[in-house]
Amino acid sequence: MNIRILKDKIAGRTMLVLTLVSILLAVLVAWGLFYRSLPLLENYSLTDLLTSSAWKPEKGEFGFLGFIMGTLWVTAIAIILALPLCLLVSIYLSEYAHPRLRKLIVPVVDLLSGIPPVLFGVWGVLFIIPLIQDHIAPSFVDNSAGYSVLAGGIVLAIMIFPLLITLFLEVFSTVPRDMLNASLSLGATPWQTVKKVLLKKAMPGMIASTVLAISRAFGETIAVLMVCGGNVPGIPHSVFDSGYPLPVLIANNFGETFSVPLYDSALLFAALLLFVIIFIFNAVSRIILARVKRKIE
Amino acid sequence: MTFETPHIRVQDLNLYYGANHALKNISIDIPDKKVTSFIGPSGCGKTTLLKTFNRLHDSSLEVKVEGKVLLDGEDIYAKGVDVTAIRKKMGLLSQRPFPLPMSIYDNIAYGPRIHGERDRHKLDHLVEQYLKDVALWDEVKDRLKAPASRLSIGQQQRLCLARGLAVEPEIILGDEPTSALDPVSTQKIEELFLQLKEKYTIVLVTHILRQARRVSDYCAFVYMGEIVEFAPTEQLLLDPKEKLTKDYVRGFLS
Amino acid sequence: MKVKGRNIEERFFKILMIISALIVVGSFFLIVGTIVVKGAPAMSWDLITKVPSGGFFLGGEGGVLNAIIGSFYIAAGSSLLALLISLPVVIYINTYLRKRSWLGNLTRMGYDVLFGIPSIVYGAFGFTLMMYLGMRASLLGGIIAVTLLVIPIMIRTMDEVIRTVPNELYEATFSLGATRLETAWVILKQVAPGIMTAILLAFGRGIGDVASVMFTAGFSDNIPTSMEDPTATLPLAIFNQLSSPYEGVRAKAYASALILTIFVLIISVLARLLSKKFSKNKV
Repeated sequence: MNIRILKDKIAGRTMLVLTLVSILLAVLVAWGLFYRSLPLLENYSLTDLLTSSAWKPEKGEFGFLGFIMGTLWVTAIAIILALPLCLLVSIYLSEYAHPRLRKLIVPVVDLLSGIPPVLFGVWGVLFIIPLIQDHIAPSFVDNSAGYSVLAGGIVLAIMIFPLLITLFLEVFSTVPRDMLNASLSLGATPWQTVKKVLLKKAMPGMIASTVLAISRAFGETIAVLMVCGGNVPGIPHSVFDSGYPLPVLIANNFGETFSVPLYDSALLFAALLLFVIIFIFNAVSRIILARVKRKIE
Repeated sequence: MTFETPHIRVQDLNLYYGANHALKNISIDIPDKKVTSFIGPSGCGKTTLLKTFNRLHDSSLEVKVEGKVLLDGEDIYAKGVDVTAIRKKMGLLSQRPFPLPMSIYDNIAYGPRIHGERDRHKLDHLVEQYLKDVALWDEVKDRLKAPASRLSIGQQQRLCLARGLAVEPEIILGDEPTSALDPVSTQKIEELFLQLKEKYTIVLVTHILRQARRVSDYCAFVYMGEIVEFAPTEQLLLDPKEKLTKDYVRGFLS
Repeated sequence: MKVKGRNIEERFFKILMIISALIVVGSFFLIVGTIVVKGAPAMSWDLITKVPSGGFFLGGEGGVLNAIIGSFYIAAGSSLLALLISLPVVIYINTYLRKRSWLGNLTRMGYDVLFGIPSIVYGAFGFTLMMYLGMRASLLGGIIAVTLLVIPIMIRTMDEVIRTVPNELYEATFSLGATRLETAWVILKQVAPGIMTAILLAFGRGIGDVASVMFTAGFSDNIPTSMEDPTATLPLAIFNQLSSPYEGVRAKAYASALILTIFVLIISVLARLLSKKFSKNKV
């Protein structure tokens, strides 16, 4: 056989194996986390783990509800803040802004996405915490140290700006320009066109993008750890309460707690929980986004 | 060729796409309640010219327009002009039909609604009237709430025409409106144009010479961003004065 | 009247949009600005040229050179390792598989999803894997965890770039009798700057991430000399310094944050300049 063809074939096989193995990584991660969570799952029912907020590992109580609620609080705040802002910015960039202005703003959004989480945390501590402590919280509550789910939410909101804006712009670009022109030629104002045509047509993609952003917020660890002030597990009752989201639980305790029985298993269960939720969210929204894109091709 | 009271009068119009000089010193009169067609090879600027009439280039900001387009004697590029009001006066029919992402009914009602019509009965009446005007009513009257995207492409194009008529325009701009359609649908659209010119001024961009001949009263030959010749259709197609027009009409240029 | 009302609405939302754009752009400059203002006064040569002396976290002398070097080792090691895995995958799904083959689509979809998995999960999994293999927190452990994290970034970026290559180029090389492997080399040469962008993005992510290296790389005051040594990273050093009760130590955290900011901004700008070629049609 021709040596070139042989080379081609061998390289092909090798690369195929690598592709398959690397894709199996997801399965491997899921299996590894599940395997290590098994001791916990064998001793407690899933419902108890998810609906109890009693967290006393030394006494064998593992209730994740407080951490789940912490995660939901910061994520909800982040999305409530980021969604309208990013939607408006994306509409502005795709329908209103001069191309030259767009070329100035988009790189800044890109740069923002390159800033590592720890720096968001540092900034949160330096800027957001004093802001909440001295200016926002006093009008609502008697005493707040600033470290709160609100701080976590604000920092997270900024962290998901770039993701949301990039995805929204991508989704908007799939709406045919001629369809928007059709609305404009009927005498609709640009905003009417945005409201009734662009947003309507882009809705599935926008929902998928938002779900992606939510799952990004779920998993963010270090920045939230630095500003949420979570040391004691518990369900937050106001935005000025401290919060203790799931990823923070793992980061705070993992690797140092192997003397307490089942503790490490519980932490890996937390990681499994994050993995499963985020995996499902991501898979669903990526499939929707891929559909949206394929339609125009 | 000029007219005493043209519906649209273009004076010394120049248009630039960035550095590209796409329309050069265009001056033309579009007569009232007639069909005027622009013919020419693709990329010659005829569609670009059409879109200057309702200022659709406004949304692509790399475009610069100089000169005047007078609509009933008023410059639509003057400062302080309400662009939406101008666009309301002109219905645009594009190359491919683009129904809006809503029902058949809502597509027609879209225009009247954005211009402030809220009365249900009036809207019902308008939808029926304009669907009848484009001979679509019988085909869709039982499924007005169905998404417009389910219609065949020929039906969609008639829907888009009805949608344009529903804002009570004075002018209909057609940008090769039959290029995506089958012969039967094409014929229907052409018949509609012939009926509609009783009430509307129609400007039609086409690259099919026979269509220009079937439908239009006047015809302009556009080449490399300039109007080479403008004359009554029969005269331009059968007895052109310019050599370039002659070459194109005989099929030497394409 | 209705038509008047809609012009007010139009104006109102346009103003809201401009305010939103200012907030988004402003947040970037606010973050960088805050770090510069707080970090610059505490910046010193010692910080970037010395390792921590005894009692560094109690206000002692020294710098964070150990963490800077550690971060570079981990980011470079994992970028290289990730490249060795990603490049064959991307070549395979683009030149060996037909367009829209199910395996190609599955792979792309899979990496899109893995891209969304948070680094804490990779960190936790990496640590579990290391325990299983009997390794302890070390440079190698950190490299493995960060590699898991950056493979999806690399594959997605390179795939996007390679897909901009026009079909004609494939056809042209195939019709010269080239094998798929030989064609792949031609394609790679064509998109070399894009590959560089992917490497830079992965490097930038690797140098800044904490959650993945927290348990896997450990921490040490010394510059690592072998793969088995525990290794400090710059982000983790910032995190540790910031939680110190001593104002002087926290000031060093700000300065370290400034160093990290400068690194990632340089990397981001470079990546963007290189990728400009491929993003003409995208914003």
